[in-house]
Amino acid sequence: MIKNLLQLSLLSAALMFFSFADPAIESTGGDGLSIGDVAPDFSLKNVDGNYVSMSDYEDANGFIIIFSCNHCPFVVAYEDRYNELHEKYAPRGWHLIAINPNDPVVVPEDSFENMQERAREKRFKFPYVFDDGQRIFPKYGATRTPHVFLLDSDRVVHYIGAIDDNHRDADQVEEKYLENAISAIERGERPNPAETRAIGCTIKVQE
Amino acid sequence: MKIILVALGLLLGANFSDAGDFAQKADRVSKVDVLNFDELEPMLCPERAGEETMVVNFFATWCQPCVKEMPYFLELYEEYREEGLRFIIVSLDFPQHLESRLLPFIEENNIEVEVYLLDDTRQNYWIPKVSEDWSGSIPATIVCNGEVRKFYEREFHNTGELKEVVDPLLFN
Repeated sequence: MIKNLLQLSLLSAALMFFSFADPAIESTGGDGLSIGDVAPDFSLKNVDGNYVSMSDYEDANGFIIIFSCNHCPFVVAYEDRYNELHEKYAPRGWHLIAINPNDPVVVPEDSFENMQERAREKRFKFPYVFDDGQRIFPKYGATRTPHVFLLDSDRVVHYIGAIDDNHRDADQVEEKYLENAISAIERGERPNPAETRAIGCTIKVQE
Repeated sequence: MKIILVALGLLLGANFSDAGDFAQKADRVSKVDVLNFDELEPMLCPERAGEETMVVNFFATWCQPCVKEMPYFLELYEEYREEGLRFIIVSLDFPQHLESRLLPFIEENNIEVEVYLLDDTRQNYWIPKVSEDWSGSIPATIVCNGEVRKFYEREFHNTGELKEVVDPLLFN
């Protein structure tokens, strides 16, 4: 028994050592992307009926991928900031793509038709695409909406998390995490923080 | 239109005809404190080692899976309150929806446990303090007893699933 315990503690000590020694070891758990990973491209149907891939953008400096939807109150609180981000950063080569990963069978409000309506209402000027079949969001490890992944032109992940630190009021924002991350990359630096957490709605899948 | 108004009047009259009932309602309503995280934190699993088992459920009325799983938490609490289980609910509803959504939800579900509305936009500060493992989606639940603290970023689908995580702490 004591021997077993000893072995166990040695094993956990070894595991701890490795996980602290090389953070990359933790990121290979298949739970989605970590900072430094290369994000997979996709071909997803936009609200205008055309399919969108990152490879369509030849001159891109990078991509602001936002897992989003129609129904979530936190998305609603943030979505007016999407257009502003797009207008500010598209001319600088950073392309915003919003992806709805939810299964409309679970949340009818998140159907493709309702996405089209939302995009019209809110005059989205960026692609709002549908992860039909829910194959993309698990590869990214997105867990909620809204959930942002900032990629460079080689689709390397530089930032994961929230747009900023105040969902409720854009005027009260103290830290613009996403914009600061873009500026850092433009300066050739690493974003700090590279990851932030925020409350959001779970991505809806059938049980 | 008149008929609707009359019907509404009758309904309201029926609801508030009993003064005792009204007082009870007011009492229950007063249970929702609006707090920031620093105020809430001491109430999350205070470390009175081994004394009580506590379940903390992070929820919001806008969160469908949260609303769906709430009856299982209430059932669990009903069954285990005699055993000393404590259950508190932390709502992430927007403060402006306290009266229009949260209080009616508490009424409809006869919730008599402590409910706090966490009003704190500094999410990147307090989410990791609740749990380093929390990405930020809800529902999320803490089950704790003294220094043992388990965190679940998931939905529970029946009371049995909840018992699986609560029993080992409550009946240790």
